[in-house]
Amino acid sequence: MSASPEPWRGVFTVFRKEFFENLRDRRTILSALFIGPVFGPLLFAGLMQFSVKQSDAATDESVPVAIAHAERAPNLVSWLAARGLDITTVDLDDDAARNAVIERRQKVVIALPEDFGQRLASARPAPVLVYSDGSRAFEARAVARVKTLVMQYGQQIGQQRLLVRGIDPLIGVPLAVQDIDVSTPTTRSVLVLSMLSYLVIMSMLVGGLYLAIDATAGERERGSLEPLLTTPIPRANLIYGKILAAAAYMLVSLILTVAAFAVAVQFIGLERFGMSANLGPLAALTMIACCAPIALLGAAFLTIIAAFAKSYREAQSYLSFVIAVPTLPLVFAGMFGLTATTALMLVPFLSQHLLITSILRAEPIATLQLVVSVVSTLGLGVALAWIAGRLYNREALLS
Amino acid sequence: MISVRDLHKSFGTVAAVRGVSFAAPDGQITGLLGPNGAGKSTTLRMLYTVLRPDSGDAQIDGISVVEQPLLVRRAIGVLSHAAGVYPHLTARENILYFGELHGLARAQRERRADELIELLEMREFASRHARGYSQGQRLKTALARALVHEPRNVLLDEPTNGLDVMAVRNLRSLLRKLRERGHCVVFSSHVMQEVAELCDEIVVIARGTVVATGTLQSLRDSTGQAALEDAFVQLIGSDAGLE
Repeated sequence: MSASPEPWRGVFTVFRKEFFENLRDRRTILSALFIGPVFGPLLFAGLMQFSVKQSDAATDESVPVAIAHAERAPNLVSWLAARGLDITTVDLDDDAARNAVIERRQKVVIALPEDFGQRLASARPAPVLVYSDGSRAFEARAVARVKTLVMQYGQQIGQQRLLVRGIDPLIGVPLAVQDIDVSTPTTRSVLVLSMLSYLVIMSMLVGGLYLAIDATAGERERGSLEPLLTTPIPRANLIYGKILAAAAYMLVSLILTVAAFAVAVQFIGLERFGMSANLGPLAALTMIACCAPIALLGAAFLTIIAAFAKSYREAQSYLSFVIAVPTLPLVFAGMFGLTATTALMLVPFLSQHLLITSILRAEPIATLQLVVSVVSTLGLGVALAWIAGRLYNREALLS
Repeated sequence: MISVRDLHKSFGTVAAVRGVSFAAPDGQITGLLGPNGAGKSTTLRMLYTVLRPDSGDAQIDGISVVEQPLLVRRAIGVLSHAAGVYPHLTARENILYFGELHGLARAQRERRADELIELLEMREFASRHARGYSQGQRLKTALARALVHEPRNVLLDEPTNGLDVMAVRNLRSLLRKLRERGHCVVFSSHVMQEVAELCDEIVVIARGTVVATGTLQSLRDSTGQAALEDAFVQLIGSDAGLE
């Protein structure tokens, strides 16, 4: 009587019906084909643009510095000006200098006390007050630059004093510390790019979210579940079909989101970071391949939760909370600075995050790691789908 | 043909069905009459294999609902209490989906859908999405869906709930048509008039058990009550939950 082989009877029928019916549901379409693929890259482009600007600013831009009582140290002022600081002279006392920084009228204020010249002439430490707001992280580099320059000026004077007294200035320099920053433009931008894996995974899950709810809690709420259960299809097969449909939407959402990111990145000006080559077609395809196994796991996971909610609304409120769970490993990765190891590839979501990060860093991906990630995530997905099938056999489903 | 033998079903500590037995032959309409909460729906749900009986069994065309639920489902058409349809599918697509789930080949389910749309007078709305259907249109869609695989046995749980007079009349004439074609029809109701009008055999259920079985006339005779209502009230022991 039935056309398809017995063990999978009905699975494809249910899959096809859920897939096409949901194409007609505006809510599903919005979440699968619009929210993730459009808002993800937009948000990302905004963040990226901001971060690129910040880091450009830190290196190239001349730092504005306000100096109170510049007449007390004309040599210092001209020395700083010669090193690219944008100097304005102001007339501020201590309180006024603090307020100018607090109220953001000035980034950095340097104040020179009355006895500056006198102390300098008598070779006693001459105070230089540097006012800045340490809580404004994005100004930290500019402030550090000002302080370093002031220090350098001081060191230079110290060395001249030794020289005048016939002492080798190197005696006062016991250590020669050299700060070697090995970060490349690509690795520096990874901090922001790790947002990308988060957005891709979220966008995927959201893509299948409404179908998972509609096919289970929605089916029950509108009273079509009971008739469905009277058809000669094993209950587990019904839920398998629904899980596969949700997984298909997640896959579509994944592909669209990664494609949108790849396009968006071309407009962000990532070439300044040497990034453009790393989100080309090949990287995008590798990323899709890495994340694809999440579809089954995510769909089974969301379906199990939604299947046991009493109503559409209840399912919605559970899932909006539950959908954050897969992002926990990403948070840990950030907190502990985890890097890709074969053992970590066993952890779903985390392994994809690490792989995506590697792809973006243009690092080679170990085949073993990729295989472990795909197999373990798929395996867990199959296990969860099986559990969903067993749970769907319970009578409690109906009440 | 359906024969039910001593079905029991409890939910937690609540015994919903406590020994229900009856027989529903082909070519007859059998009505399960009883107040709300008497166990009619639970009995039907065990017959259409959504619930598994705690004890007892029922045979549908000789197939046990306990041992062969999947085979039973091929032999029955079900209109459940909440007969929801898929809002983003048309009536026709709703019918075709169930035809496919019942294993009908494409040509076969297309033909059945056409027949049912004709039989139930659904032409004017059959190609529209079900989202905006009236109660009556939804019921017709659900009925057509239940009959797509030409089941010998048709089970309906409170089918007239929420229908207007015209829709009820249409439903009655459809059930009579099914009887003429030799189907075994079982439906539950708490509306006395409806059962009296339509049923060849009445099974009166109260507090989870069968309190009387027979034709309308035999029930009148056995209770000694000429008026239908008085007969039922006497059988059930109260008039709570009846209409």
